[in-house]
Amino acid sequence: MDDGKEYKLKLYVAGLTPKSLHAFANLKKICEEHLQARYHIEVVDLLENPQLAKGDQILAIPTLVRKLPQPIRKIIGDLSDTERVLVGLDLSVIPIKEIHE
Amino acid sequence: MENRPHHTETLPKSATGIRGFDEFTFGGLPKGRPTLVTGGAGSGKTMFGMEFLVRGATQFGEPGVFFSFEESEKDLISNFKSLGFGLEKLQQEQKIGLDYVHIDRTEIEETGEYNLEGLFVRLGYAIDSIGAKRVVLDTLEALFSGFTNEMILRSEIRRLFRWIKDRGVTAVVTGERGSREGSLTRHGLEEYVSDCVIVLDHRIEEQVSTRRLRVAKYRGSSHGSNEYPFLLEEGGIFVLPITSVGLDYEVSEDRISTGIPRLDTMYDGKGYFRGSSVLISGTAGTAKTTMAAQFANSTCNNGERCLYCAFEESSNQIVRNMRSIGLDLAPHRESGLLRFVSVRPTTYGLETHLSTMFRHISEFEPSVVVLDPITNLISIGGFDQVKSALMRMVDLLKSKLITSLFTSLLECGDASERRQVGVSSLMDTWMLLKFVESGGETNRTLNVIKSRGMAHSNQLREFVLTGKGIDIIDVYTGPAGVMTGTARASQEAREKAESLREEQEMERKKREFEHNLAATEACIAEMRAKMDSDRQEMERFIAEHESRKTATFQNREQMANLRKADKDIRE
Repeated sequence: MDDGKEYKLKLYVAGLTPKSLHAFANLKKICEEHLQARYHIEVVDLLENPQLAKGDQILAIPTLVRKLPQPIRKIIGDLSDTERVLVGLDLSVIPIKEIHE
Repeated sequence: MENRPHHTETLPKSATGIRGFDEFTFGGLPKGRPTLVTGGAGSGKTMFGMEFLVRGATQFGEPGVFFSFEESEKDLISNFKSLGFGLEKLQQEQKIGLDYVHIDRTEIEETGEYNLEGLFVRLGYAIDSIGAKRVVLDTLEALFSGFTNEMILRSEIRRLFRWIKDRGVTAVVTGERGSREGSLTRHGLEEYVSDCVIVLDHRIEEQVSTRRLRVAKYRGSSHGSNEYPFLLEEGGIFVLPITSVGLDYEVSEDRISTGIPRLDTMYDGKGYFRGSSVLISGTAGTAKTTMAAQFANSTCNNGERCLYCAFEESSNQIVRNMRSIGLDLAPHRESGLLRFVSVRPTTYGLETHLSTMFRHISEFEPSVVVLDPITNLISIGGFDQVKSALMRMVDLLKSKLITSLFTSLLECGDASERRQVGVSSLMDTWMLLKFVESGGETNRTLNVIKSRGMAHSNQLREFVLTGKGIDIIDVYTGPAGVMTGTARASQEAREKAESLREEQEMERKKREFEHNLAATEACIAEMRAKMDSDRQEMERFIAEHESRKTATFQNREQMANLRKADKDIRE
């Protein structure tokens, strides 16, 4: 799994609500655990830049977009379900399979 | 379904500009509120929404935003280009905003709590950037395929409708018709929209498709509750009103010529009433179309427009055929005064036919409409449907003071005479064309069966097709009955000979009398002459007598003197 790819992540929020702060904290934690120094997180506040919502087809808040590596993946919600976040980021699928095998 | 008092004055409305729709909703959609438009696939929901926006932007100065959940901006632009909506230009002019909301479940992972604030932000941004007053969400139900948490989704949709009301934008939200009985949308969107619900329907009956529109709900407003047939065509939606026309239209005292001077004289000398309905019925070949074409021609000659709906012949065929009686319709067709709508009745359903005609009427604004023949419509709809359709047609035309002429084919000797009566009750004027067979030939006759509100001739007339159109001649009506054609001519000749003979006889008698008179006159003269001579004779005789008497006396005196007689004797 440790293929050394750079992860470029964008977290879309609408205002610094408790939910969005919570999501950011969850993301930070997951990244630190699984992607040490190989990630870059950009937080986009749509209340300040509403025109950015269209580009990444954002409907739900919060939405985490994995811009890199390709393909683009989207994870919505407060990222509290770590397992699903890892699936969404393609970080845990293979290891889990390998464990089961 | 609304029993509360009507608040048509107090409820502000937003005109859609969709032809026919604003009439029966008395002004359009509720202003500043969401309206749900639901229907099956291909029922015209997207069209309804888009036309609402485009008309708003172009006709009512209200910019609008289209949120498409199904078609990309590019697809929308090219799809509506073929319908005559220049979306690209409107987009550049900041009158229309297009936003494609793409939802792909396969690339979305749900983890924990979320809301749809992103959609609200996008909507708000799109509205603010062009100052939109109108919004279309087509179709919101796509959200249900993108997100699994229905609870969140439903509460967010509820919030969305509230948000729309707070923003005060007039919104059209489309929904997919549910397959369950009684549900208007697949996911029950109607629960959230309480103001106005419109149901679109696309039905196929006997291989004929008809689109219909119904207002299922309109809070605080009266609205037509029927199903209204509508057309999807270039230029958008055209809704055909069924009952918006009542019987309270204005009537005109104005007259319009029938195109045949002698026929005008049969109608009080002036022709049909403007805005009245005229039925010409007759068996095949009785020159119904010719009669109609002559009317159309004279209308165009007067510089008025005429719409000719032909269900049997192509326009070129009619123009060619009419040339044979010296009627050239081609110049009128070219100048645009005469518009032909030639279409086979079976091409589409009755409602669609009507809608097409209505559209032409509202577009072309003719003063005369000809339908030739209405009997062909019966082949696509039952008699009752045709009658009700015609009733609507007649109502609409009357309300616009358009004179209408319908031709109707009578089959010989079947029940259609009775059928005819059914339709004829809708008509103000009814003319019957007939073949009269006598002496081995058939001749055309015409009589006016009824003509409301005017003195009209009740006499049967014969008419002939000449090189200069239709010519009406009096039929022979005498003791021998009604005669037409050569029978009439020979009867007339016979009468002429008869009268000549009588004339001569009279002359002879007159001479005889004159002769007798002269003879008597002569007799009298002769007798008078005799009388004169008698009188002279008598006078001469008396004179002689007197002179003789004097002479005798003188003689006696002389004699007495001679005898020296006494004086007494002498005296």
